[in-house]
Amino acid sequence: MAESIFGIHERALQIRTARGEVLANNLANADTPNFKARDIDFRQAISQAQESLSQSKPDLMKTNSRHISGFADATTESFLKYRVPTQPSLDGNTVETHVEKAKFMENAMQHQATLEFIDSKISGIRGALRGE
Amino acid sequence: MSMFNILDISASAMHAQTVRLNTVASNMANADSVSSNKDETYRSKQPVFQTILDGATNEPKGGVRIKEIVESQAPLKMEYNPNHPMANEEGYIYRPNVNVVEEMANMLSASRSYETNIEVMNTSKQLLLRTIQLGK
Repeated sequence: MAESIFGIHERALQIRTARGEVLANNLANADTPNFKARDIDFRQAISQAQESLSQSKPDLMKTNSRHISGFADATTESFLKYRVPTQPSLDGNTVETHVEKAKFMENAMQHQATLEFIDSKISGIRGALRGE
Repeated sequence: MSMFNILDISASAMHAQTVRLNTVASNMANADSVSSNKDETYRSKQPVFQTILDGATNEPKGGVRIKEIVESQAPLKMEYNPNHPMANEEGYIYRPNVNVVEEMANMLSASRSYETNIEVMNTSKQLLLRTIQLGK
C-alpha cells in the first residue's frame, strides 16, 4: 500500500541518499592519491525503479498473506560510474572539488524536492481523512 | 538510515585533514631546529591519505584515513657556520628539509578541504531534519 501512496518518490529518495553518499565520499577523498571519483547514473537508476514499479513487481519476499508489499533497499551499485576528469592531476586523483560541490548541491536540492513531494502527499491524504 | 553514513564519511575526512594540519604545524615549528649531526636533524613529516576499502570486496566503503606519516627524503640543508653553538668539528650545522612555502600551500589546502566537509555535513543535517519533519 505504502508504495502506491508515495509512488516513485520513495525509490527516488533512496537513490538520492545513495548518490549523496557517493558524492560526499568523493569530496572526502579530494586529497587521496590515485582516488577515482564516482557518481550514480540517476537516470538509469530511476528508470529501472519506474519499470519495476509499473510492472508492480515488489522485490520484498512475502511469506505471510498479511505482510505488506514493498521494495527492498534500492541497490544502486550497478549504476556507479567513474567520472571523467576535465583536468587530470599528477597524483592520479580524479576528484575536482568544484565539480563535486556543484553535483552535491544539485543532489541536495533534488533531495529536498523529493521530500516536498512526499510531504504534500502526506498532507493531501491527511486532508482527505479529516474531510477538510 | 544510511544518510548518517554521509556524516561518518565527512567526519573521517575532517579527522584526516586535522592530522595533516598537525603535521604542517609540527613542520613549521621545527623549520629552524638546527642540529650538529645528520641523524638528529628534524625531517619534514608528510601524511599519506588512503580510501577506506571494504575488506571483502575491495570496493571503496566511504571515507578516508591516514595510512601512515612518512618522513621526507629530501636532502638536509648543510650550512657552514663555525660560530654557531651547534656546529660540529668541521664547523657545519644541519637544517631540517622543511619547505616553508610548500607547508603554507599544504595548510591552505587542508583548511579548504576541511571547510568543504563541514558544508557537506551541514547540508546533510538539513536534509535529515527535513526528513524527520515529514508530515508535520
